This record gives sequence, C-alpha cells and structure tokens, in this order.
Amino acid sequence: MRTRERIGVGDALMLLPALFIGLFFLFPVGTVLWRGLGGEGLDAVFDLAKSPRQRDVLWFTFWQAAVSTALTVAVALPAAATVGGLSDRARRFVRSLVTVPFVLPTVVVAGAFDELFFATGLDTGDFRLRHTVWAILIAHVFFNYAVVVRVVGTACAGLDGRQAEAARVLGATRWQAWRAVTLPRLRPAIASASAIVFLFSFTSFGAVLILGGPKRATLETEIYRYAVSRTDLTRAAALAVVQLVAVLALVAVSTWLERRRPATTRMARPTRTLGSRPGRWLNVGMATALLGAPLAVLIERSFSTGTGYGLSHYQALGTRVRQLPAPATTALWNSLHYAALATVLAVLIGVVASVVVVHGRSGSRRLFDLGLTLPLGTSAVTIGFGILIALDEPPVDFRTRWWIIPVAHALVGVPFVVRTMVPLLRSIDPSIREAAAVLGASPSRVRREIDLMIGARGALVGGGFAFAVSLGEFGATSFLPRRPEDLTAPVALFRLLSTPGDLLRGQAMALAVVLMVFVSVSVFVIESSRGTAEGSL
Amino acid sequence: MLRVDALTVRFGDVTAVDDVSLELAAGERLAVLGSSGCGKSTLLRAIAGLEAGDGTVSVDGADLTHTAPDRRPIGLMFQDHALFPHRTVEQNVAFGLRMAGKKESARTRRVREMLALVGLEGFGEREIATLSGGEAQRVALARALAPAPKVLLLDEPLGSLDRYLRERLIDELPDVLGATGTAAIHVTHDHDEAFAIGDRLAVMHAGKVLQVGSPGEVWAAPTSITVARVLGHTNEIIDGVTKVVWRADAMTIDPSGPHQAMVDRVHFRGVDHDVRLRTHDGRMLRFLLDDPPAAGNDVRFSIDPARVLRFD
Amino acid sequence: MKKLLLSLVTVLLVAVACGEDEGASVVGGDPAGTTVTLMTHDSFAISGSVWEAFTAETGVTVELLQVGDAGTMVSEAILTKDAPIADVVFGVDNTFLQRGLDADIFAPYESRNLDVVFDHLKLDDNNRVTPISFGDVCINYWIDALPGTVAPATLEDLTDARYASQLVVQSPETSSPGLAFLLATISGTDDWEQYWADLVANDVSITAGWEDAYYGEFIAGGGDRSIVVSYASSPPAEVIFADPPIDTAPTGVLLDSCFRQIEFAGILAGTDNPAGAAALIDFMLTNTFQEDVPLNMFVFPASQSAGLPPEFVEHTTVPVEPHIMDPAEIEANRDRWVDRWVEIVLG
Repeated sequence: MRTRERIGVGDALMLLPALFIGLFFLFPVGTVLWRGLGGEGLDAVFDLAKSPRQRDVLWFTFWQAAVSTALTVAVALPAAATVGGLSDRARRFVRSLVTVPFVLPTVVVAGAFDELFFATGLDTGDFRLRHTVWAILIAHVFFNYAVVVRVVGTACAGLDGRQAEAARVLGATRWQAWRAVTLPRLRPAIASASAIVFLFSFTSFGAVLILGGPKRATLETEIYRYAVSRTDLTRAAALAVVQLVAVLALVAVSTWLERRRPATTRMARPTRTLGSRPGRWLNVGMATALLGAPLAVLIERSFSTGTGYGLSHYQALGTRVRQLPAPATTALWNSLHYAALATVLAVLIGVVASVVVVHGRSGSRRLFDLGLTLPLGTSAVTIGFGILIALDEPPVDFRTRWWIIPVAHALVGVPFVVRTMVPLLRSIDPSIREAAAVLGASPSRVRREIDLMIGARGALVGGGFAFAVSLGEFGATSFLPRRPEDLTAPVALFRLLSTPGDLLRGQAMALAVVLMVFVSVSVFVIESSRGTAEGSL
Repeated sequence: MLRVDALTVRFGDVTAVDDVSLELAAGERLAVLGSSGCGKSTLLRAIAGLEAGDGTVSVDGADLTHTAPDRRPIGLMFQDHALFPHRTVEQNVAFGLRMAGKKESARTRRVREMLALVGLEGFGEREIATLSGGEAQRVALARALAPAPKVLLLDEPLGSLDRYLRERLIDELPDVLGATGTAAIHVTHDHDEAFAIGDRLAVMHAGKVLQVGSPGEVWAAPTSITVARVLGHTNEIIDGVTKVVWRADAMTIDPSGPHQAMVDRVHFRGVDHDVRLRTHDGRMLRFLLDDPPAAGNDVRFSIDPARVLRFD
Repeated sequence: MKKLLLSLVTVLLVAVACGEDEGASVVGGDPAGTTVTLMTHDSFAISGSVWEAFTAETGVTVELLQVGDAGTMVSEAILTKDAPIADVVFGVDNTFLQRGLDADIFAPYESRNLDVVFDHLKLDDNNRVTPISFGDVCINYWIDALPGTVAPATLEDLTDARYASQLVVQSPETSSPGLAFLLATISGTDDWEQYWADLVANDVSITAGWEDAYYGEFIAGGGDRSIVVSYASSPPAEVIFADPPIDTAPTGVLLDSCFRQIEFAGILAGTDNPAGAAALIDFMLTNTFQEDVPLNMFVFPASQSAGLPPEFVEHTTVPVEPHIMDPAEIEANRDRWVDRWVEIVLG
C-alpha cells in the first residue's frame, strides 16, 4: 500500500529499454566476446594480468581517465555554476554552443591544437606539448567540457538559491556558501557528469593516439590494435572483457555516489546571483580560450582559400569529389537524419529507463542503471564487431541495414539521457507526487504527469547530447558496413583528409564548421522545445 | 460518512498513529488539534492512502483500506501546498479534473469557479513560482476542491501564512467548504484556528486521539491534563493528588483575594493583556486581563471556581 | 508515450519486412537479374557510370558495403565467415592477405580476364584472390623545405645528419602505410634494426596515423618536417587538388623507399551468388573499371591494357623496382617485426 515504492504493473514500457539494450548491446557484445575468447575462455583474461605491458596499459587507462575527469570537473564547474545563474535563453545558448567539440573528429582538433601551440610558442623550444600526456588531458578537457557544463549547469538552474543565501546571511563568504550549501546539493549531478567524462576518457581513441602519440596505449587502443591490426581476436576479446569489468565497477561506484544523496529540491524560485561578476568574466575568458581558440583556427582555415578568403570550400560541399561516393552535403543530410533518429530513440528509451532507475524495484533499478551506462564505456570495436556477428540470424539480417547506425549511436546517447534525467527526478519533492496521487493520478499517471514533465528538461538536455554524440560519432559507424550513399559526415570528413591536397583539406574544414553550426543550432532547437515550462523550474 | 476504525501506523519501532477511530458526517468539519510530531499529519496521510497501516478507512460504507490514493474520494491539501512547479495555476487546479476524465469545457468552467471561490479570478495563466504564500495556499485549496472530493483533508493549511492572511482565511475557509458542502478534516497545532474552523474538535497527542467534542465542550472540559495542555492551558497547580488547572480567564484582581504573586511581565495584545505572574514558590502563571497591573508589583487575586479544571 | 512505442514497433516491423532477402541464389548459371554485394573499405571510390555499365552488360546489380579501413574489413570478413554479409570483398592488400587466406574466407576463382594483370601482382597461385590495383607507399618530401633543397636519394640518406628532425613516419602498429614502410626497410636495408636505431638517433618522429603525419607534422599541414611516409600518388593529388591551381607538384618521391601495396578482390566462400560474384571479379579487370581506378582511388590499375589519365601520369613517378614481399613471409613475421620495431623506436 505504500505507494511511493510501487511501480505500475502496467508499465510494460519498462520492457522497451530492456529489449533495446539486450538486443543491440548485451547480446552482440556477449556473442563477440564469447566467440573471441573461444576455447581459452577466461584464461585469456588472466593471461593479460601476467603481461607487464598490459598491466601498464590498464594502469594508464585508469590514471589518464581519472585525471582527465578531475581536470574537466575543476575547469568546467565554475562555468556550470555561472551557466546555472543565467537566464533561460542565455543558458540554452551557452549549452548548445559548448556541444560543438562533440562533433569534431580528433584529427581535426589535433590539427587546430597543433597550430595553436605553434602560434603561441607552446610547441617550440624545449617544451613541446605534442605527444605528451598533457596533450591528452587538455584534449579530454576540451571534448568533455560540455558534459559538465550541461549536466551540472542544468542541475544548478533547478536549485533553490535561498539556502545559499541563508548561508551568506549567516556570515559565509560567497565561496564558503557555495562549498557548504550549493556544492553538496550538486553532488548527484557532478557524480553523473563525472561518470560520463570518465567513461569517455576511458574509451577515448583518437585523442590518445593522435595527441598522446603512438607510445601511449589504453585498453581502447589495445583492443583496436589486436582486433584490427593483428586480427588477434582472442587477445582483443580478453581486453574487452577487462574493459567491461572495469566499466561495470566504475559505474557501480558512481551510481552509488549519485544515490547516496537524495537531496530534494523544493523547486522554488531560483536566485540569479551565483558567482561574482569578475568570476563570471574569468569563466567566460577561460571557456573562450579553451573552446574558442581551436575552433577559431578551424573556422579561419575553412574560409582560407588559395587566393585569400572566400566561400569556395563551402560551395564545394555540394559537388562530389572523387574520394567520396556522394557530395559532402549528402553525408551531412545523412548525419542529420541519423542524429534525429538516434535522439528520438535515445530519449524514448532513456526516459523510460530513468523512471525505472528512480522508481523501480532495487533489482531492476540497479540493472538498468548499470546496463544502460555500459555502452558508453565499451569499445567501438566491441560494439561494431558484436552487431556484425550477432545480429545475423535469418530471417532478419540487421547487420547491414542503414538504421543499425542510428541504433548504435542511440546506444551511446541513452546513458546521457539517463544521467541528466535521473538527478532531476531524484530531486522532485515526493509530496508533489503524492499530491498528484491524491488528486486521482494512478502511479503510472504520476510518472507521466510529474516525473516525465519535470524530468523533460533533463530529457531534452540528454537528447541534445544524444544528437551531438550521433552527429560526431565515428568509431562505431566506421565498423558497421554501410552502403556508400549512407556515409556520415564524420566518415566523409575523414575521407577528405586522407588524400593530400589543399582543396580537399579546405573542404574538410568547411565540413567541420558546418557540423559545428548544425550541432549548436540543433541542440538549441531541441532544448527550446519546452521553453516556457522550463522557465518555472 | 468517513469512518476511521482502529487505525494504527508504525514506522519501525515508532507508533505514529495509535489505534485512532474517527467519524465524520457529511458536510462536517473536524479540526484535529495537536502539537507538532503528535502524528496528525501521518493520520491524514494514512486516511488519504499515502501511508500503510492497520485498521480500516471507509467512506459511505465502502471500505477503502486497500484502495490506492488515486481511487479514494478523498482530497488532501499539503502543508507545503505541493503545487506542481511545472504547471500554471489553471493547470494545477485542473489536474484532478483531468485525472477524473472530465471534458475540457467542464474543466475550464470548474477551474474558473474554483478560482473565483478562493478569490483568485484571473490568476489562471500565472506560473507557480510567481505566487505569494497566500496565493499559493489558495491555489492549493482550489486544486484540492476542484475534483469535489467527498472528504478533504487539510494538513496545517494556514501554517505558513502571516497573521493577517491567516485570520482572513480562517474566516473564509469554512465558507468555501460550506459552499461546496465538503466534509473536511483540518489538522492544526493552533487552537484558535481549530476552534474557528472545526464543527467538532479532536485533540491528538502521541498518536492517540484523546478527546473529541465540540470546541466549546472540549475547551471547557478537557478530559485529561494532557488535553488541557494541548488546548493551551498552562496554569497547572498540584493540589494533593489532584491536578488543578486555572484557565487563563479565571483570574480577577482582588486586593482581598486569597492568592498573591509578583507581576513578572505584561504583554499588550490589543484587546487585552497577557499577564505573567510569578508565585512565591517560583511557579509561573499566565492570565488574560483587560486592565493589567504594573509589572514588578505584587498583586493579590482570586480565581473563579467555574473556570478551574480538575483532573484526578 | 504509447503512440511513440507503437510507431517504433511499426518502424521495426517495416524494417524487418524490408529485410527479407529477395535475391534467389544462382549457382553456376546466368547471374542476370541477381544482386551481388561488394564489401570494401572506406577509401574505395568508383564512378557511378561504371556500375551502370556493369549492370547493362551482365544484368547484375552491385550493392556496395563500405567499412572502416582494410584491416577492419579483413577482420570483419573473417568474423562473418559463417554468415557473410557480402559476395565479394575488395581492398585486401598484400600485408593483410595471408590472414584472409589462412582463415579460408575466399572461394578460388580464376577470372577469364586474369591474363591482362601484371604478373608480379599475382601473389596467390590458387587464385583465391585477384589483383585489381596497386600503389606504392613511398617517402615523400616537400621540395622547397628540404635542408639545402637536396632530396634524399636512398633509404640510407634518411639517417644522414642533414635530414635530422626532418622525417615523420607512422607507427606500423596502427597504420597501414606505417607497416608498409617498415616492410620496405626490412626488404631494402642490410640491417633494418640498426637502420631504425639510426633513424631514432636522427630524431625521427612517429605518429599513429597518416593524417596526423601528413597534416600534423609534415609541412603540408603547417608542421615543420619536410619528409613523410605517404604514397607515390600523393604528388599528383597535391597538384589535382591544389588551391590555387599549380603546374608542378610541391612534393617529390624517394623511389628507393617504395613498398608495393597490391589490392585484391576475392569471392567470399559463403556466397550464395557465385555466378554474380564471378561476373563482378571479371568486370573489375575490364578497362571500364580499371581506367576509372586511378583518379578515384589514386592507385594504379592492375591491368596492363588499361589506359592511364594524363593528369595522373604527368605528376606520378613509378618506382621501377619497388620493395615487394611474399604475403606468407609478412604474415609469419609481422607481429615479431612490429614488436621489435616498438622496442627500438618507441621503447
């Protein structure tokens, strides 16, 4: 009879995320690992522990991911707080702008960083940033900045500012009030964002190899090396098992951290006084330097032609060059199309899953939480190969259907929706749900009217992520066989960059800039689709 | 109409509601008076179906004990209003009507009616975050009343309001409830509020309902010292094995009176004065007088025996 | 919500319905009217008109599937051996070939057009794979940026102090041209281990892939190194895709350093359309296909009778004696060589 613990039995929708993750992730990954380990079974995994090189790889993978996460949180948290204090429109604007790095291939970003280091003298003389661990860390901060700003910034905006004000009145400095009152209440969101950043850094491929140099190896690059360069599928599978186990452990820890604090928010009027004015400008300055400078380099390159500046690279996007099976505009259109589908899928599944995570029985709750986050920490090789060998059962051959691409993208998008929505749902005052129940809303109706409506903000922010992730996804896409005309923009961009010639490179830069514009506009539109209601939060 | 029988709610080792039985007639208003933590909120939540317990709850003879809150013909107005922050005033009030499957035209009419009833005409489009405390309270009331529940439970509905608003709403609430003919249980820690609103009064302490009766009866004749304390009687005198309580209106200044005490302090209350006396054995007494003595002086007084309560 | 679920289910059902295989399997006979699926890597490109010509000629429709790089493609072809996603693969090069042969993924087929192919490209006597194109991985240099504008002439020159801090190469662990260049040094120097030790002493720079070498460290992309491992076809690409247009290539090729990469096509053993697959292999050796190869993929056609586009020939230097290696030898030693290379160069 205790209704707070009850989940509507009629919630057959619960099956949707379970089916999705089971069919498109657990089954394929399980199959590929089982096949990969072959006769050796877990012995292959234990053998890894005996190799000093693999121990180093494991240690470095953890280490760089942990430091990247700490750095990203440290750099982006002040910005998140500032964003939380902005007006709704400004907040959406900033939130959509910071997603830009998500769609940029590492090759392109690395080039921009190189140019920047060179221009600022950071890459001359004794100290060269290129191929150092620092380059990896900086790149991870660059790529993941948006995660913290968006997840934590969203949570900030929903906070009741009065507690911090109370602390100020009690004699706390702005910083003390933030630390003692605001920070603890942001902890679930920070834990959420950190988990995502950690997993992204944990499975980062391009940044490690290109910026870190060929000497660096993480579990992700080793899996690629064994699976692709050496076709040693046993070793690759063993590494993938280690990766999976590590990610499971990490996600378990992070969800535990997240759940430990069910800080309820009364959804009262937020105050807009977070951060001092100089502090805000410092944030803006830092964000501009970190995100803006490399992007400015790209933009400059995209307009720079052999005869000065012009739009010729952009105009060229409409005509097919020989390296591409279709014009770049077709690739852009495909990418938008896939991203829209992936977003709808990710939001649909992520929303249902979030409700289960918050309200389900403790068993299903934990399973969903873990299962849905796993794809974020799983190698693109594992996912791509898994889909390829598992989903071949007649009469349905899923492997080469075009929609398997947006489905694979949605796998990575779902955790974003879950991770932005769950802290919001946890912060809903239980009496609001009870009020709805007393007014005649059945438990499933309460989920819809209260959880979904209030969580919608999180779902939209998560959906924006899903869109950005899909638009920029390269790894899994490249492992999935697809028809030439189904190529995505990142694949096209990579192709343009794999033949020498200034025209091709210019067009690649123009394509990157168009992707940047697309992602920020799209994310803005997605998040604006519920504008007024959001204002009240 | 509403019948609560032997209701008990336990949280681990704590018994929050202890064997409570109540009855409520159609259109009747029952005030439940108790200090904070006495279990009165839990009682309401259990009646609404939000807490599980032993015992039975029925309305019009239909046993609701195992009915989910959303299927009970019972409304609940929360202490903190629990308005839906993501909906406008109108959407808040219309919520219960939507749940009941009412057509939009009917909803609009009813919402307008309810907002007019609570004096918030034209507030429909307002966002919840922009409401003042009193406005939020009225919206909560309108929202609770809109689906026309047979019984409305009000949990400290006026708790967070300023005095002026409270007094106004104490006047208005019975009218509003009367206008809709809704039976209500009104929970409060404030005896003035309880007296003003309740047709009947139930005094609650430590999870038990100690006394039920008309406000006048209960105030005049509490059945135990505990009830007397809940009612605000503070002047306790031990007279042998008997506990004696002097009501605050029992004292008359009388130079030839049998009692003597020092006037400790006097608070002006507008109509009358709140006078604190200290007896020679250190006991504090509190009386209400129109014409107070000056603080610091000794004063002799007598006690009207009709205004003395005795407990054995 | 329920509506969304319904529409999702509908989408899935429709997708399933569309997924039913329509092509009947043809064994031996006339493949006309069938569809043949060609799996290839992402660098594959050919003109649409070429496929139209194929369909017009044979009645067979080609469906292309593209995936990652050559290594990914071979791995996936091996993984899906029991339930192949294609009938023919193209793009297996001689550094990966033996892996596919060992995994038994190819069905032998001797094309009736095989005699047009250069003999030295035919590496499998059993005709499990058919050579379609070849290219050379060579040292490129930016002519104007060379120290003293003197071009290196031999592999040994690269260890000369004159070219200190000038060379950038890709790691053979993660890059196909990187592996090709390692094989070139193994084939082209007396003591390749010492050679690489000398390169390290001469401050060679290593990158993970071609893109970050050519566009990151090489002068072409704003870097400060003038010598890079790239392709013999890179100079013509520099001209064809120059902005503004130029007449002569800014880069040159060190012919002594070239390793020949041969790309093969093969019929997948599990195909249910062997006749269509065979028709496709035959077609890939016709002049229609072969002459379209150079300007789309910047490699040479395997056919001796195919004409070459003038703009491709004009700026391309073809090594007379490129380094070439038996795929079996590569397969037998590759992991050991690469591990040793890692010790010397990255260690």
